[in-house]
Amino acid sequence: MADTQWLDFEKDIVELHEQLAKARETHEKGKLDMTDMIQGLEEKIEEAKKHVYNNLTGWQKVQISRHPDRPYTLDYIENIATDFIELHGDRHVKDDKAIVGGFASIDGETFMIIGQQKGRNTKQRQMRNFGMPNPEGYRKALRLMKLAEKFKKPIITFIDTPGASPGLEAEERGQGEAIARNLFEMATLEVPVICIVIGEGASGGALGIGIGDRVLMMQYTWYSVISPESCSSILWRTWDKKELAAEALKLSATDMLGNGLIDGIIEEPLGGAHHDTATAFKAVKAAIKKEYKALKTLSPDELVNKRIAKFSNMGVYEVLES
Amino acid sequence: MEFEEDDLSGEGSKWYRRRLSGILTKTKDKKATPDGLWEKCSRCKTVVPSKDWIANYYVCPSCQYHDRIGSREYFEILFDNNKFTELDPGLSSGDPLQFTDTAPYTDRIKAAQRKTGLVDAVRTATGKMNDFKLVVSCMDFAFVGGSMGSVVGEKIARGIDYSLEHNIPFLMISKSGGARMMEAAFSLMQMAKTSAKLALLHKAGIPYISLITNPTTGGVTASFAMLGDMNIAEPEALIGFAGPRVIRETIGKDLPKGFQSSEFLLEHGFLDFIVPRTELKEKLTTVLKHIWDKKTHK
Repeated sequence: MADTQWLDFEKDIVELHEQLAKARETHEKGKLDMTDMIQGLEEKIEEAKKHVYNNLTGWQKVQISRHPDRPYTLDYIENIATDFIELHGDRHVKDDKAIVGGFASIDGETFMIIGQQKGRNTKQRQMRNFGMPNPEGYRKALRLMKLAEKFKKPIITFIDTPGASPGLEAEERGQGEAIARNLFEMATLEVPVICIVIGEGASGGALGIGIGDRVLMMQYTWYSVISPESCSSILWRTWDKKELAAEALKLSATDMLGNGLIDGIIEEPLGGAHHDTATAFKAVKAAIKKEYKALKTLSPDELVNKRIAKFSNMGVYEVLES
Repeated sequence: MEFEEDDLSGEGSKWYRRRLSGILTKTKDKKATPDGLWEKCSRCKTVVPSKDWIANYYVCPSCQYHDRIGSREYFEILFDNNKFTELDPGLSSGDPLQFTDTAPYTDRIKAAQRKTGLVDAVRTATGKMNDFKLVVSCMDFAFVGGSMGSVVGEKIARGIDYSLEHNIPFLMISKSGGARMMEAAFSLMQMAKTSAKLALLHKAGIPYISLITNPTTGGVTASFAMLGDMNIAEPEALIGFAGPRVIRETIGKDLPKGFQSSEFLLEHGFLDFIVPRTELKEKLTTVLKHIWDKKTHK
């Protein structure tokens, strides 16, 4: 925990941790018996964590979803699967490092696992383009999904992107077409598709690998049509209303489930996956196995029909008397 | 995924342009516009009698600038004798998120309805185009920047359902700033809904032609607009995923001339052809003659 990068709203917890560290130091040096105090502080920390993390605002969840220590796609693959064979390239332009994918085995069952990938340090972040795919990333993802379909292997996608890359080359190579094509093709994939938002689910860039039979969100992630910052800048004409925008967008996992736009939530360790990655990996693995067990009993036709019916039912409108 | 508010208020000189009253005027009345009313091309500033402007499909006879028009005008241009049946005209926005920014979403919707005389940003109709039965969904930019919320997605989905049920080719006319932020993720999922329905239309072997008009960006580009059996566009339309302002801010320099224009997309392989509005109906008819039998519907 000592190396954790703390967020602004975690101040109380940080202060308690500092007091605890001092108390332990004093105790270990043998100057005073601090046992009671240490115990008290530990209890206080647990209480503070519960208080902070059970009352998170939308914006605070967004902050956790972007925490630099959060597990990324390759961390999940490494920790829940074996025999990962990464497959590269869209066969047209290049290999987009912002999306990774390949076959891997989870408890003896082969899956095609695809996800957006962010970097841990400056060099990696550049290489991964901050998890913002270009068209060739979406086309690579589609190629791998069609490959999985050919060999009748189920598909898992990990969603974690601040958005599809906005840039000259992305537009030249048809960012819009690439995402559109994925929505169109994923709708009729004849194998089970499980999508999990593990961090940021920003807009079309997320949806481009997000048409699944089951779409799950981890507890402290967000999924919406736009980031709170951009929403603030467009609707309020200032960057300062991001907290308000985050509330208004109803972008948290609980809101998304309540609105029937996702199928389930994967609970995270208190405070976020980065506080206890082993538990997070276990939870994700268990969720995948549970969902796949139910999905594998469905025929290809049933899968496709149910998937299309699910997305077709999303929307709220009224019928005016004419 | 955004619209620029400047676009909502229209452009050009208000002295010469038919504003609200023009948009709401019945088409048959428009034809009776007396001489003496003028349109001024917002690009080349040529002044043209209104009746000539309309007779030329709202295209400047001098510089070929395609003035922005809505579903009413497109239906008149495409359907024989302007005869058509509108589908689901009463679908209107809910407010699933009780969204409020500087004003409540419901107020914005009501204001847009009053201002435009439209119910939402898309209208769907079925009728005949040179004797070919056709379903047309056409977006109206005048309504909250043509943004796509639940109503837009649902009406397009139902239009596709109608095509499927009656075995009729589907034409989508896109013109949109993208997703409607005030419906947040509901809006996002309309991309999934419309694309999934188009996949069914594709499986059924029914033609889908996507006509992209100025401007089309964001989630509309990243879903149905780019999924046509043929993607076609009007000349010089702005078509892109990210809006020009976002890209300019991201890369920190000015965009090349003609970037994200119809001509740019044609050159990069994302459009089948560009069609001037004056030739639209004939060209669409020729396309359908090649791929569709209007008697056997195959």
